Amino acid sequence: MLRILHDTKYDFVKHWKSAVIGTIAFIALGMVLLGVHAERHNGEALNYSIEFTGGTAIQLKFPQPAPPDVVRSAVDQTGFRGAEVTAFGDPLNFLIKVQTSESGGPAATNADSLGQDIARILRERLPSNPATVVRAEGVGTSVGSELKTKAITAILISFIVTLIYLAIRFEWRFGVAATIATMHDILTTLAFLAMMRLEISLTVVAAILTVIGYSLNDTIIIFDRVRENLKKQRKESLREVLNRSINETLPRSVLTHATVFAATMALLLFAGEVIRPFSWLMAFGVFTGTFSSIYVAGPILLWIEHKWPRSTGTESKGTSRALAEERKRERPTPVGTR
Amino acid sequence: MPLKWRVLTIVALCLVSVWALFPRDVTTRVRGADGVLHDQKSRRVPLKPGLDLRGGTYLALEVDDSKQTIPASQKAEAIDRALKTVRSRIDGFGVSESVVQKQGDSRIVVQIPGIQDPERARALVQEQAFLQFKITDKTQALERSLPKIDQVIKQRGLVAKVSGDTAGKAATTASKGLQGLLTTTDTSKKSDSSKVASAGKAAKDSAAAADSLKVQPGGAFSSLLQQGGGTPGEFYVAVDQIPTLDSYLDDSVVKAALPPGKDFLPGTDSVSLQGKWYRSYYSVDSKPIITGDALKDARPAQNTMDGTVVEFELDNEGARKFRNETGKHVGDFMAIILDDRVMGRPPVIQSAIGAHGQITMGGKSLADAQDLALVLRAGALPVPLRVAEVHSIGPSLGQDSIDKGLRATLIAVSLVVIIMLVYYRFSGMLAVGGLVLYVLYTLAALAGFDAVLTLPGIAGFVLSIGMAVDANVLIFERIREELDRGKTVRTSIDEGFRHAMPAIVDSNVSTILTAAVLYQYGTGPVKGFAVTLMAGIAASLVTSIFVVRTFYLLWLNRSRGAQTLSI
Repeated sequence: MLRILHDTKYDFVKHWKSAVIGTIAFIALGMVLLGVHAERHNGEALNYSIEFTGGTAIQLKFPQPAPPDVVRSAVDQTGFRGAEVTAFGDPLNFLIKVQTSESGGPAATNADSLGQDIARILRERLPSNPATVVRAEGVGTSVGSELKTKAITAILISFIVTLIYLAIRFEWRFGVAATIATMHDILTTLAFLAMMRLEISLTVVAAILTVIGYSLNDTIIIFDRVRENLKKQRKESLREVLNRSINETLPRSVLTHATVFAATMALLLFAGEVIRPFSWLMAFGVFTGTFSSIYVAGPILLWIEHKWPRSTGTESKGTSRALAEERKRERPTPVGTR
Repeated sequence: MPLKWRVLTIVALCLVSVWALFPRDVTTRVRGADGVLHDQKSRRVPLKPGLDLRGGTYLALEVDDSKQTIPASQKAEAIDRALKTVRSRIDGFGVSESVVQKQGDSRIVVQIPGIQDPERARALVQEQAFLQFKITDKTQALERSLPKIDQVIKQRGLVAKVSGDTAGKAATTASKGLQGLLTTTDTSKKSDSSKVASAGKAAKDSAAAADSLKVQPGGAFSSLLQQGGGTPGEFYVAVDQIPTLDSYLDDSVVKAALPPGKDFLPGTDSVSLQGKWYRSYYSVDSKPIITGDALKDARPAQNTMDGTVVEFELDNEGARKFRNETGKHVGDFMAIILDDRVMGRPPVIQSAIGAHGQITMGGKSLADAQDLALVLRAGALPVPLRVAEVHSIGPSLGQDSIDKGLRATLIAVSLVVIIMLVYYRFSGMLAVGGLVLYVLYTLAALAGFDAVLTLPGIAGFVLSIGMAVDANVLIFERIREELDRGKTVRTSIDEGFRHAMPAIVDSNVSTILTAAVLYQYGTGPVKGFAVTLMAGIAASLVTSIFVVRTFYLLWLNRSRGAQTLSI
């Protein structure tokens, strides 16, 4: 039997103070960076994709590496002012992007013909290296603001739905701790977005929600074990129970995070530029999710317990709702095809 | 459940999955090289790739109320009628598996897969196909209004928007003698000889008149315009200055300064003069002599005189009116205006025209004529539509995404398999067996729900493979704990599955909830992501809890009284 981190007795809870300081520093750095970005980009702290701001994005592909200044001047010649021209992944691909809010021009929903114009000029200038339009996207401002509302609604609703689920499934102490851990994940993710200056598209919003779900999943696994250990007749403090639960679930955490991390690495390295921001966020999510389950949800649970202690004997007698519920069910709920 | 039933259930699930994924005949309508639609049958796996994977064009259209106000009550009805028109146009276009549907109350979404020419698709859909015939302005009303317009622009401070450099350049070109320009026009437009034959002659006639009205350099508006090739009311505007011109024309005060009873419209033709590209603009009477409402039929044709044309036929009443009106205007030039754009160069009216007429397409291809005939037949859109959103993905990028997505999937699967085998040995092997079924079930579920596979969807699938083994890991770790407590193999397996269950259910439900919200609020690619995630979780629950358990039971049955378990 190959075992890693089996039967460990690490005192995870002991380090909570430095962990909290670390994460607050990380978040603070991210927020400062957001401020800096906002200063630099006309008040837009986050790098929204054209899906949210409205605008035009055109991806050109060359058979051979092309000089960026030629692309730039071709873009200028079409009167496509204020466009941002960047290499996209490799020197063969270029992304030309302009946000409607910045240019103030008409909604650039003629992205396709605009792309063809630019490509035509480039083919005239670089006849031996003919450019083709591989992607042209244009989003009107009305659609953009609508999508923004939709994305925010999606994040809020998924938050509320998970809260309701936690409230049903766990005792309030656990629910509150898990919620705060989730908020922490949103903050660190924002900080990460600021640090990497990743473009926020709908796909990235989906990634954020998945990270939240994944992190919550991790918290639930640990809390499930805490709940189970509390049920057992032991003279242990909650702190000891928490530590023991984290240690007991450690092999599972390591293995699951390893497999998910392997999958995200495969995405990050091999799935290409289009999906890259998504891959980055997922890779980061594995870390923040693991961290928040141990060092945010745990300490907060202890703090709540300290502030509003259970009535004596609760731990063993199980008068709390979750424990009573656990008692009732001798067998687990049937799932799926049973 | 007895073991026999377990095995049967798994086999049945596999059979259903294989059936769901079995390649089947798909009938698609394709337009052949001859322009005729015919059905084509092909066999393929019923997994639908999204536009981001196969390449194609996505358009979201909404009512364009920038030019006229349309009350909200009429908008909803207009969208419904527009939907029908757009659908019949797209059907006539003959691209297989196109989608035309309403999104919300105010949008029409058009998805055309695999199209090589997004501009054409867009033109086809967006073309309001509001056909009008108007007489070009021969009174030089616009020329006379130019000083006033220039002044208005100056007063409004609009001129500051244009860089002095480009304006200056335009002025120099404009002041170069007109005669020189005209000769260049004639030679460079050989390909456009499809214009009505007398256009050239008329050009020379009016050239003298136009010469005296040479556009004076200096004015912000007038410096953009150059006298056209002789048709009254025709002007040329350098292509790179069209945005500037548009910005002037957008201004309401400037609009008011334009001559009353006339419209100033862009043409479809561009000409090259001295290495520079110009677009034709026309000043025409506002009142049409006839509109497309009177149209009965339209079809593309090619003839030696005019090249590619669209021949049309008017209904009786329309024909009578048309004959009357054209009879009154013999010798004038008639602009054929489709959606506020002048098609080709206006021909001269030589005699009264009746029920039959034709629109010359200039140097354009037969395909363009087909499209125009199609939109004219399908009828005009009840309201102008504007594109609110366009996504056009080239087939090469789509293929690239598929290749990269597949590569990432294969690598992720291999990594997960290696981790499981190295760490859990025999039990890991059972988990990998479960993983194989997991992939099968997930793909089958996607095919069964008619889900669209997108790039984020593939990413979701890759991710769910990593997450799918989580349930196995939870169970295996539990079994190990039970074994550590000295329980027998059989009891440990039973207890392991039983105790891991609440955690598995809790954690997966939270992910499913997230995915459901994403499905509800996401669009296109994100929806694809949500669907694969949900299908993945459901399949992972089935395989890890049910299938792997059955594998264990089978193994226990074969090696009765096994004392050790490789886990």
